[in-house]
Amino acid sequence: MVNTEVTIGKLTLKNPVMTASGTFGYGEEYSEFVDLSRLGALVVKGISLKPMEGNPPPRISETPCGMLNAIGLQNIGLKKFINEKLPFIKGFDTCLIVNILGRTIDEYVRLSTELEASGLSAIELNVSCPNVKSGGIEFGTSQKALGRLTRKVRKAFKGTLIVKLSPKVSDIREFARLSEAEGADAISLINTVPAMAINIKTRMPVLSNVTGGLSGPAIKPIALRMVWEVASAVKIPIIGMGGIMNASDAIEFILAGATGVAVGTSNFRNPASVIEIIDGIESYMRENGIKHIKELIRGIIC
Amino acid sequence: MKDNIKGSNIFRHFKAEVKDNIELNKNHFLLTLSPLVENIMMPAGGQFYMLGVSTLYDPLMKRPFSVFRFSENRIQILYRVRGKGTAIMSRINSGCVLDVIGPLGNSYPMPPKKYTPLIVAGGIGIASLFSLIHCLKDKSVVIYGAKTKSELCMLDDLLGLVSGLTVCTDDGSYGKKATVLEALNDIAYDRDYLLYSCGPKEMLRKLAQFTLKKGLKGYISLEETMACGLGACLGCAVKTKNGYKRVCKEGTVFPIQDIAW
Repeated sequence: MVNTEVTIGKLTLKNPVMTASGTFGYGEEYSEFVDLSRLGALVVKGISLKPMEGNPPPRISETPCGMLNAIGLQNIGLKKFINEKLPFIKGFDTCLIVNILGRTIDEYVRLSTELEASGLSAIELNVSCPNVKSGGIEFGTSQKALGRLTRKVRKAFKGTLIVKLSPKVSDIREFARLSEAEGADAISLINTVPAMAINIKTRMPVLSNVTGGLSGPAIKPIALRMVWEVASAVKIPIIGMGGIMNASDAIEFILAGATGVAVGTSNFRNPASVIEIIDGIESYMRENGIKHIKELIRGIIC
Repeated sequence: MKDNIKGSNIFRHFKAEVKDNIELNKNHFLLTLSPLVENIMMPAGGQFYMLGVSTLYDPLMKRPFSVFRFSENRIQILYRVRGKGTAIMSRINSGCVLDVIGPLGNSYPMPPKKYTPLIVAGGIGIASLFSLIHCLKDKSVVIYGAKTKSELCMLDDLLGLVSGLTVCTDDGSYGKKATVLEALNDIAYDRDYLLYSCGPKEMLRKLAQFTLKKGLKGYISLEETMACGLGACLGCAVKTKNGYKRVCKEGTVFPIQDIAW
């Protein structure tokens, strides 16, 4: 029997595998294909105070070993989430992390306090979405803005506070250190990489938003490098993500310094992906005589 | 994976063996799959399957395909080679095993008794409408058009199914030399028709104008690029008069008047 339990802030996860926000809906969409109770944590699609309509189509496009998206944070809004989605998710034995997004600091603060009042114990600050005009990545690419935001939300929210970082910065370690200094319990990285594709027949961008966020195996080496860099910069846990498609990918992130891993684009390709990754990590541990997952975290030899 | 929602042992995510992958004519193929589990959910006309066409990461996603024909142990997909995914699919041999999710999405609602179904298929849109035609048989009037003869598929099967069939090609290489929209003008609208259509987006857009002019109601099946097929990625959104809807979940079949063209 191997022990895969990990601690992230005040959360104890039965295993390090979680879903990446925006790739698993509100859990319901996958509940037919996955026993949600087996997940380390369920991270739901980003929630804003008011419902958001999202960007016009086309919103997604495939690229070699990757996928571009410019969904534009379409979501049902806080009220509907609390009333219509939360009761279903609470029926499963897994940690729940709510990804939140706002246009202003006040909106993030309101979202965190209202979620706390609804019994939610973990939030992930989305400061890295590349596909909206205001908010999102604006906070994730300015140290001043990120510092203020993290500080204000930290004051307002007692539960586990995770800051999700953007790769669109010259040195991600500075943003990680700042998040830690302002009271974040954990850091998740990376969000999608700003990118684009052009249709050479029409000479038009493939996405209506022109640019989108690249995800999938194409960005894994970038994400892995950033997790490894951040692991040497902070003491708080890191949730690593970016192109994790199988257990081997997940183990690479853990060896690089991730305490948790989030599976994103892979859910689209294979709805049972998260379960296969949980099983695969356990098999790897058994085969290699590893009793506790902690033996693997930051286990890279270099 | 078992269907936990209904508490039954019906599978919507399963492996299926390729029995046949026949080239019917230029770039058009008929794929026959045999599920490797016994209890699969039976599809309805208009529903679709997500097929894993490669175990490598390029292409990365499964591809959505309408169910063309089905029985308890066979699922048939009629498809046209259009991009990287379908090109790979066209080279898949008998005996290969594919990862399959489905049936997904909604289906064509059956017409109330007072209506005569008017089925308009443009090109590969026949793949989505065929099982509806099969179900309605001679109750329906069918117009099936393509650019040219080599893009018409399964004509013998269609002729055997329905007597009120008009076949047309843009270049006149088979049947009437007309587009499906031109062929529609030749119909006497003294009956209560209910439209069902699937085909290129531009054809559907013009069809929407036509139905508005004629005071017809009906349903269309839309196609959009999708990543998951399950309603999670929100990539297949289409603008309707009530905001964005997911083609994979609220569709693929929509009332034609609901779409905001």
